[in-house]
Amino acid sequence: MLKSLYINPEKCTGCLQCEMACSYELEQVFNPAHSRIKVFTFHDAGRFVPYTCTQCDEAWCLKACPVEAIVINAATGAKEILNDRCVGCKVCTISCPFGTVNYNSASGKVIKCDLCGGNPQCASACPTGAITYIDSDATGLERMRNWAEKINTQYAA
Amino acid sequence: MAWTRKFLRVNLTDGTIKTEALNMDWAREYLGQRGLATRYFVAEVDPKVDALGPDNKLIMTTGPLTGTMASTGGRYSVVTKSPLTGAIACSNSGGFIGAEMKNAGWDMIIFEGKAPSPVYLYVENDHAELVPADDLWGKSVWATDELLHQKYQDPQLRICCVGRSAEAGCLYSAIVNDLHRAAGRSGVGTVMASKNLKAVAVRGTKGVGNIKDPIRFMKTVAEQKKVLADNAVTGAGLPKYGTQVLMNVINEMGALPTRNMREVKFEGAHAVSGEAMHEPRKSDGKPNLTRNAGCFGCTIACGRISTIDRGHFSVETKPEYWGNSGGLEYEAAWALGPDTGVDDLNALTYVNFLCNEDGMDPISYGATVAAAMELYEMGVITQEDTGGIELKFGSAQALVAVTELTAKGEGFGKILGLGSKRMCEKYGHPELSMTVKGQEFPAYDPRGIQGMGLTYATSNRGACHLRSYTVSSEVLGIPFKTDPLATEGKPELVIAFQDATAAVDSSGLCIFTTFAWSLENIAPQIDAACEGDWSVEKCAELGARVWNLERDFNMRAGLTSADDTLPPRLLKDGANTGPAQGKVAGLAEMLPKYYELRGWTTEGQLTPETRARYGLPS
Amino acid sequence: MKHIIIGTGPAGVVAAETLRKRQPEADITLIGGEPEPPYSRMAIPYYLIGKVGEDGTHLRPAAQHFDHLKIHLLRQHVTRLDVATKTLSLDNQQSLSFDKLLLATGSYPTRPPIPGMDLAGVVNCWTLADARKIAAGANKGDEVVLMGAGFIGCIILEALALRGVKLTVVEMEDRMVPRMMDEKSGTLLKKWCEAKGVRVLTSTRVKGVSEEKIFAAPANSAPASSGGFFSRLFKPKPAVMAEAAPTPSGKLIVELDGQAPLKVDLVICATGVRPNIDLAKGILETKHGILVNERLQTSAADIYAAGDVAEGKDFSTGKYSVQAIQPTAVDHGALAAINMTGGHNALNRGTINMNVLDTMGLISSSFGLWQGIDGGESATLEDLNRYKYINLQFQDDYLVGANTLGMTQHIGVLRGLIQSRTRLGAWKQKLMHDPTRIMEAYLARNTG
Repeated sequence: MLKSLYINPEKCTGCLQCEMACSYELEQVFNPAHSRIKVFTFHDAGRFVPYTCTQCDEAWCLKACPVEAIVINAATGAKEILNDRCVGCKVCTISCPFGTVNYNSASGKVIKCDLCGGNPQCASACPTGAITYIDSDATGLERMRNWAEKINTQYAA
Repeated sequence: MAWTRKFLRVNLTDGTIKTEALNMDWAREYLGQRGLATRYFVAEVDPKVDALGPDNKLIMTTGPLTGTMASTGGRYSVVTKSPLTGAIACSNSGGFIGAEMKNAGWDMIIFEGKAPSPVYLYVENDHAELVPADDLWGKSVWATDELLHQKYQDPQLRICCVGRSAEAGCLYSAIVNDLHRAAGRSGVGTVMASKNLKAVAVRGTKGVGNIKDPIRFMKTVAEQKKVLADNAVTGAGLPKYGTQVLMNVINEMGALPTRNMREVKFEGAHAVSGEAMHEPRKSDGKPNLTRNAGCFGCTIACGRISTIDRGHFSVETKPEYWGNSGGLEYEAAWALGPDTGVDDLNALTYVNFLCNEDGMDPISYGATVAAAMELYEMGVITQEDTGGIELKFGSAQALVAVTELTAKGEGFGKILGLGSKRMCEKYGHPELSMTVKGQEFPAYDPRGIQGMGLTYATSNRGACHLRSYTVSSEVLGIPFKTDPLATEGKPELVIAFQDATAAVDSSGLCIFTTFAWSLENIAPQIDAACEGDWSVEKCAELGARVWNLERDFNMRAGLTSADDTLPPRLLKDGANTGPAQGKVAGLAEMLPKYYELRGWTTEGQLTPETRARYGLPS
Repeated sequence: MKHIIIGTGPAGVVAAETLRKRQPEADITLIGGEPEPPYSRMAIPYYLIGKVGEDGTHLRPAAQHFDHLKIHLLRQHVTRLDVATKTLSLDNQQSLSFDKLLLATGSYPTRPPIPGMDLAGVVNCWTLADARKIAAGANKGDEVVLMGAGFIGCIILEALALRGVKLTVVEMEDRMVPRMMDEKSGTLLKKWCEAKGVRVLTSTRVKGVSEEKIFAAPANSAPASSGGFFSRLFKPKPAVMAEAAPTPSGKLIVELDGQAPLKVDLVICATGVRPNIDLAKGILETKHGILVNERLQTSAADIYAAGDVAEGKDFSTGKYSVQAIQPTAVDHGALAAINMTGGHNALNRGTINMNVLDTMGLISSSFGLWQGIDGGESATLEDLNRYKYINLQFQDDYLVGANTLGMTQHIGVLRGLIQSRTRLGAWKQKLMHDPTRIMEAYLARNTG
């Protein structure tokens, strides 16, 4: 059974422990600016929404990559960037309709959530259970997919 | 390590910005944030300096754990000389700007001089520049925040700034960051405005590294986060009720200062309590509290996010106040509520919004209004003074009206902006000012919680609960229970709390962790991150060193042991009701012992031995 | 079943792979005219700066990728297509028959009809072979003219700057990347390039290129002044200049409209590309490209077209046009393959035109109807000193197009908002007020 990140914004307090954990896993410093999960603040509404890649089946990023630098991790289902292949062309960053693949000008490569190889650090660091890593069936992945279907241009067959 | 080891020195007079290496000898002795900034401050500033003159300096500083994954590691401090007290000021704030400063690569920013015309400092990693702020001057904190975010097209930009109250010279103006967090006390915002410095906007994308032992650090901080989560106060009480968990508790024990401390219990306490913030309103069925929120890295999340009832008289014609913003915390709720006799939760929330919007310390502000109300009821202050406002205890309308004036520095708000001490002196009743060293008390009556009397009297920044929060022990039994009505053992307790607090305030962590953590929990986190040996003992010694350094500055600034006192109301009038009925604050029983244990003379001066013991500059 | 695909770009390769997935036993031939394994033109700029080697440009890095999939790679030029007999003629005189054919022949670079475009010192920037020529010809200190500040011109600027050449960009239009960026951002890009030391001439036309010829001194006419006795007595006989023919100096003269001519070492022509429809002309229905329906089918039932060469359905306009971008090529390739193998529901509902461009470190993007629409509304925010710009175009309360400059985070969500036709509701006004909050708008409208 594949697992997914399940995000419940109702529980998020906006502390950014997830962003620090993510960036620490990525580059061994605490740097929210390079986190692959991002907490968005809705000040007026009093709401915090953590957001990252849903590892969607459509994998627009992967398909758009001209040099096959994004691959699927068979164990986790994560779409992972191969740093030594990525040329930094950024086509994936405009292809992902969720806005979750970002260019990192410091490295000249793109970054995205890779589920930390099956042990996502954001979920471990979250103090309130707003981010959990659980069986995909329970994550409302369906809802996301339904939405994704709206802009799907292919593979309906 | 954990420090970035460099800081910015901004000369506002000539507009120059320099990068300097952090004095690591000092960092090893004073750690960071409160301690380290104080070391720089006393080295560079004449204690007799005019607090609002160009020769005063203003230091914004982070701790070595600021910006790390240690829980609550997002604090920064502002150190300067206070215009309110004439003593050293050190105000501390959470939110996100401290971590951002660190992420931009800076441990500290020292502001000196005075800009010829309004400016703000923009920092983006290595790039720092002073930018004309004529268009921001005269704008509120919230408007300034919005304009700067738009200008830089960056929602991630972190901003601290002063509001219109500071520009108008209100003596207890705060520096507000991230819209509703504040370096609140002692008028640090007033100093900032006196330098024509409107705002500091920071964007940092470099990350915080240089952790001495990363594996040990990650393990320790994870363990300590669990301690916070498992603790009843930090894991349940604070997230649910915030500091407002205390309103009913303190009222029950007869230590809730009411109507300018004339009384110790407030009949309307429940209506403005943390519990009340959860109760659905009749109008829209929503509670005052929308949710709790965390500052950077905080796994407690005591912050309140609230709304005001749209039908409430304060906002019914002002839709700009209908959204969520920073809600009431205990000290603010007390000062604006019980101390003024107002039990209208919506009015207090609105006034609290205004305090954030224009950068006023709600404790000093509410306490000043309370004193003004007493003077009004005595007939000393009249409607002629107030511009027609009926400034009676319990009047939410009056509270709202004078707040709108004070926020902008208009009308009677100018008088309220003087603070309680100067205002009461002006009207010939200095005894009605509930202050120490010119700074207003927070929400604990020292007649019912005796340790807090000594805390207030000896606090280096004037009356304050955050220098040694003995409420922990005397009320909550943390780390052990002491009798709140007793004076014995309190000097020891106060000193232990003062030193531990100074250490926490120098690390980048939040003092609220100490409901669950002692230095036994904190020292290992510092030690794993920072070079050198940071044992529990060394952290306590650091705290004592910082305390003595602050004290020494104050004595050089001209304060004396006569300033280590309380208003006559607390020393002479017994509590009117409750467990402490008839009791006064037993300061005289505690102060001499306190001096002795501190290693000070009977005049409260540091002895040469004490100076030598902590390696303080002579 | 016998499938032939002409063209080894992303559309062709994705189509071949999709065909194989759907028909394990089919005979699949992929024909390409270039000598290298299938590679990506998107990667060429990074090859030019040495960030990747030539193998880093390959579409499929795995060794024998096509062999393993039993996709027959044929390096040939196809010279003729016969629809009636369903056969192709190759350069080597062979012919091949097919059941289904996919034309994924891409585009070819155009050169303006001006004198000198055939000179050796004028090169395109399109193929790997071109890239090698540029790498060999653009050396430190050389004067180089780049004709055309379109997408391709801009994307190789950094590579040229890193090579240390003295660069002049000449663009006919009034701004850089006129087909992708609006006036403000295109102008800001120019300022950025100039700040980086590149000379940019917009609204300037190249009239022609010629070889500089000089009267080189003949080898025997300049006697070595060995300082002998006679040299002081006799003046050396001057060379008879008038009689010697001028010889090429190796430099090129670039004549400009309204500007002084430039003397340069290399001219890179990046003035545009055009769909490579030679095979289809007169045989299939074509306009700018090959016309296809929603199944990527051409006017001939068993012949499909995909990628740069196909005039497919545009999401934003609902009309058919050539997009010539990587994501569309991939979508087309997959959709065409499904339809070639009997898929029923795989209709092209329209691909969105979008682009992302890195011009010497300044990143710009465009999505959909960034020029706006009649009766629509727009929100822009600019910070000229910090090279930031965003332009959002709305129709009613949904987003139809956007440009960004200096923005690298979450820009894909612009595509998401446009293509999902998310109704923005109250967020429309918020975006009108602060267009940078696109991610928040998306989240607010798409999460519970």
